[in-house]
Amino acid sequence: MEGLKLSEAELMVYIHPSKSRNVFQAICRELSSLLFQYNESFDGVLLAYDASVKSKQAKILSGLHPYFGVRVNTRLLLFDPKPNSLVEGEIVKISAESIHLIVLGFSAAVVTDVDIREEFKYRVRDGEGSFVSRSHKRHVLKLGTMLRLQVQSFDEEVMHIAGSLIPENTGCVKWLEKHSEEALHTDRDHKRRKLA
Amino acid sequence: MGAVEVLNDSSSLYASDLVENVDLSDMNLVQTLRKALTSVQTGDSDLYNEIVEVMSRDVKDFRADFDAVAQLETVLKALSCSVSCIDIVHHYKLLSALFGMKLWDHNPNVMDALVNLVISLAVTSGKYLDSCLNMLIKNFLPPPWVIKNLSNPRILNKKTEVFARVHAAFLKISILVPLTPSRLVPMLSQNMPKIHRKDLLMVIYVENLLKLENSSIGRVGGSVILNVVMERLRDLDVEIGWDDIPQDDSRGMFDMELEDAVEGTIDEGDEFPVGPLSQDTSGGSIVVSELLDKLMVIAFEHLESCQNDGRLDEVFELLFQSFENFVLDTYKSKFSQFLMFYACSLDPENCGVKFASKLMDIFLSSRKSPATRRSAVAYLASFLARGKFLPVSFVASMLKRLMDECVGYCRTCNGDIRPEAHLIFFSGCQAIMYVLCFRMRSILDVPRLRSELTPLESILTHKLDPLSVCIPSVVAEFLRQAKADGLFIVSDSFIFNNQLESELSGSFGGCDKLKTFFPFDPCLLKSSNSFISPNFIYWSMVRAPYDEDEEDDFDAEVIVNGDEDSEEGEDEDVDYAMNKMSITPKHSFKNQMMERDRLLRMPSRIRPSTSPESL
Repeated sequence: MEGLKLSEAELMVYIHPSKSRNVFQAICRELSSLLFQYNESFDGVLLAYDASVKSKQAKILSGLHPYFGVRVNTRLLLFDPKPNSLVEGEIVKISAESIHLIVLGFSAAVVTDVDIREEFKYRVRDGEGSFVSRSHKRHVLKLGTMLRLQVQSFDEEVMHIAGSLIPENTGCVKWLEKHSEEALHTDRDHKRRKLA
Repeated sequence: MGAVEVLNDSSSLYASDLVENVDLSDMNLVQTLRKALTSVQTGDSDLYNEIVEVMSRDVKDFRADFDAVAQLETVLKALSCSVSCIDIVHHYKLLSALFGMKLWDHNPNVMDALVNLVISLAVTSGKYLDSCLNMLIKNFLPPPWVIKNLSNPRILNKKTEVFARVHAAFLKISILVPLTPSRLVPMLSQNMPKIHRKDLLMVIYVENLLKLENSSIGRVGGSVILNVVMERLRDLDVEIGWDDIPQDDSRGMFDMELEDAVEGTIDEGDEFPVGPLSQDTSGGSIVVSELLDKLMVIAFEHLESCQNDGRLDEVFELLFQSFENFVLDTYKSKFSQFLMFYACSLDPENCGVKFASKLMDIFLSSRKSPATRRSAVAYLASFLARGKFLPVSFVASMLKRLMDECVGYCRTCNGDIRPEAHLIFFSGCQAIMYVLCFRMRSILDVPRLRSELTPLESILTHKLDPLSVCIPSVVAEFLRQAKADGLFIVSDSFIFNNQLESELSGSFGGCDKLKTFFPFDPCLLKSSNSFISPNFIYWSMVRAPYDEDEEDDFDAEVIVNGDEDSEEGEDEDVDYAMNKMSITPKHSFKNQMMERDRLLRMPSRIRPSTSPESL
């Protein structure tokens, strides 16, 4: 899945003097307040961080409240799905007009019917809707399926992904991987025959 | 499992059993609608304008015109299937018409269609999420014609219909868009009715807030919701002056309060609730105390449901935080603290113990401000004294901790004997004495616990002299009981000295509100009190041994006129001994009558004994 990246950053965290008893806790508090929000300087949504303070020296700011700045080395897990990248999520709702999924447990993604390729047809079986591929009967998209989709746009405020199933390499993840393995096998067979 | 059921509803026109034979007219309708929406961008907006007109129709037009209602319903349903074609810029009119609609104005079918459209919009594109949530929240604020007629069963029915749909909508949206709660919660506090609106709107809104707290949204925003509610309770509480509380004529209540006044809960210059005040209740507005009463009852019921669901423990943690933020330092808070009392009464072993321990921690913490610490110990004292559900052993253990702390303080204090320098110590001493006024009997009945009270004498006779600094009524009552119960040897002259007004206590009590702060004094809000009173220790329930030998103006004099009592101090002993030997029942009818008369003859305005007349 694309869109996840690990960054290393050196940050300066400014802490109020009342928190000077437990500086590390204050740093974690500050960083935690950034979680699940899009941050321009990080260029992505902060999902997780790992902070370590190397130096015990801090710079005190002059002013009404003498905040002090601590240098923190962090490793940040960022989520930044760029347009045309691929992400994966679990389908939570299927209807004829749209497929709704949840990516990484926090981001909502939607694929509307105009962005589902012609290959897929909406069927209802046993009261449950699903999209079945016309060419490959085993390629089924239903509730609980892990779906790979292409990102069209990402709303940073709400963490909302608008996706598309038009490209050929999108669809049910399990089926795609199995299919690509088989394709690999048949390729090898072909090559063997050729050589032989 | 629940999520699947929730999601497989008929929000789509493509109903499950009709897929093969889909009604062609429905499909056509959706296609037409989609074309109408997309053609706006190319300039052809005739059909679109018609759609907008249908949605913007005045509610009154729908009353008799069933066709119009059906048309609206169809349009809404078709729009739910076409949300992907809605554009935020080109279809601005449609969207503003949609977000201006209220569920209250429509019948259940239209309500369903409207809610489904809003849900589809919210989950399909992030741009509309906030507006959709806002539109749904506004339905928590019913129109005036609902508020004025809440007793009408038809209106109650409507209320249930609307709120059920709104809550279900929030649930559905938050399943599909996981970050919904964090966006929803700030909006909930923004949409809260302003405090100046003194009508039942606030009650309805808070009821819904607490229901949300119980749902999955509460897992994320529970602390914010409880903060908002607690803050509002406190703000209403401090608005209430003593005059505003309607009094009934039942003597029981009157007696009770006065008896507590006797015990020493007077505040300087406060008048007792004398009679019902007529308030302007026209136009649906209600008295502030009534409003607070209703809100407290709702909050109590919410706590009960939390207890039934087994989550009172985690709610209590959040509740205590909001108590600490808003109520602990608010001296004028009279009733909102009973929320904590009730929560503790529902689960004494967990919540009761936690509440007392947390208050103790605040008192002992050197990092908190002195006012907060003193307030915490006042709360602790009042809680330990009044909580019927607290086992005596627990009360004794808390007292022991307080005493150990005071003993330690006595040992390490420096030569400075100015009372101002030892405020926290004196608050601790007063707390111990106050609790013992209520609990002495029950503690002394258990010999093991009786031995734990031995350090008390050394604290009270320390050179810092807490007995002359703490509030005289508490001290007097405590000494009287201590003497009667034989807790330690108290010489009569000791009592005499303390009933004289000392300069220290006088000037001190005058400007120090925290000395006369007894937060869990009886709750004067009627409906709330019905929840509290089964678990509440009233002063009248505490039988002190000296009660039997009443002279008419005994107690009254103690407060108002400290001087005169000194002479009666000697007689008291003889009478007490005499009564112990007598065979007349201790609480004879005659005694009770005299008691009542005595109390009724008390002046309604009682000044603490700092007045010059008493000296």
